[in-house]
Amino acid sequence: MNKNVKKEYRAVVIGASSGGQAAVSTILGGLPKKFQFSIMIVIHRGHEASDFLERSLDKKCKCRVKQADDKEVIETSTVYVAPPDYHMLVEDDGSLSLSIGLSINYSRPSIDALFESAAEVFCDELVGIVLTGANNDGSRGLKRIGDLGGLTVVQDPFSAESPTMPRSAIAMAHPNHVLPLDKISSFLLELGKKK
Amino acid sequence: MGEIEISRNEKLEIDLVLQAVYAKYGYDFRNYAKASIRRRVRHSMEKHGLPRICDLQHKLIYDSAFFEQFLLDLTVNVTEMFRDPPFFKTLREKVIPALQDVTPIKIWHAGCATGEEAYSIAILFQEAGMADRVRIYATDANEAVLAVAKKGIYALDHMRQYTTNYQKSGGIASFSDYYTSRYGNAIMNQKLRKRIVFSDHNLVTDDVFGDMDLILCRNVMIYFSRELQERVFEKFTQCLCAGGFLCLGTKESIRYSSISGKYETLMDGQRIYRKRQDPEHSDECIK
Repeated sequence: MNKNVKKEYRAVVIGASSGGQAAVSTILGGLPKKFQFSIMIVIHRGHEASDFLERSLDKKCKCRVKQADDKEVIETSTVYVAPPDYHMLVEDDGSLSLSIGLSINYSRPSIDALFESAAEVFCDELVGIVLTGANNDGSRGLKRIGDLGGLTVVQDPFSAESPTMPRSAIAMAHPNHVLPLDKISSFLLELGKKK
Repeated sequence: MGEIEISRNEKLEIDLVLQAVYAKYGYDFRNYAKASIRRRVRHSMEKHGLPRICDLQHKLIYDSAFFEQFLLDLTVNVTEMFRDPPFFKTLREKVIPALQDVTPIKIWHAGCATGEEAYSIAILFQEAGMADRVRIYATDANEAVLAVAKKGIYALDHMRQYTTNYQKSGGIASFSDYYTSRYGNAIMNQKLRKRIVFSDHNLVTDDVFGDMDLILCRNVMIYFSRELQERVFEKFTQCLCAGGFLCLGTKESIRYSSISGKYETLMDGQRIYRKRQDPEHSDECIK
């Protein structure tokens, strides 16, 4: 499929693990207050973490960042982060649902769970991004996004604090783009303009 | 056929599986949050080596022993004692003192799974010196997990984590006094078990209990659709006394629901709500 066709992307999902907080902060820091899509993020962190990360990102970034609540309806220009120790999924009506089902790849929240559910809802209107991490969560989900016509992006392993997760995603999902970290926000904004 | 169409067809097939389960066994998962139920259906298929959804459908209809296994795959029964210690701390410091003058204190713990939280609540009331007045009705729709809850026997390995949770919730007694260790198991004390009645109850299809002072339903409705959650919220509101408390999981909220006006927020960080006095029925059920 020709990925240069102009289309509207409604949602962006991002998965990050080890080194992910800094990487996510870099991407969100480069975004303006308003944009035409929603962003959903899974970051692996300790299960007793608070919402300190979300609050500090919200302060630092121009856009709105919050920890997701169950059954919250997603809005544009907003970033939702999966709460520690919960899986975060996207429902058909565009709301978020949380689950304390079993860990997947030893992770809760699981990047694959978010990516696979988002792919089934947004199909070709979705962008999936796998960032730094020391495991292979997200590879299977990114492949699913690609299979359903979404745009797939992986952080260049050479720019990643932990290259394992990007490498695994490149091998399994054959992404449309491999980008250095500092180019990802401008890439997203370009996509937003192509309407 | 493209992947998008396959995915749509799969959603349709899974809906039909849930229809069949309801028609044959009476368990109603039709109004559960779809994304998460689909994950669990697929997981169950992988686990039992069923390649196609129609294979699952057939097996479910013709093999009722298999259904019991499927039921366990479909429901999430993750729980622990004093899970979310700050919640139990608030219960200890804010909710229990408010029930000081109530007799009897009726508590409904909906969706108790294997019972760990029910025992935690019994411990809190015992420490407050109110154990003899408390009746905990702990319910779940799944008989297999209820059987575990009734026995009150848990793996000793977990007790270290539970002790830490207990201490973080403000507990100062020796946690090991609440159970007897035997052959790698922890058997909960008879005294605690006597405070709890475990029973089979389906939040979706069964009628409700009445006159409750405290309802706990934590991380149960996250698996429900918005409409189903709304229906259960209404049931809870019906059977809760004025001034009674409703406790949800830390990421659940009544904020977007039609019942929100009937409650005041005791502590939003913990999602504990208190039912307001109803001006029209102010003489009813106030203790």
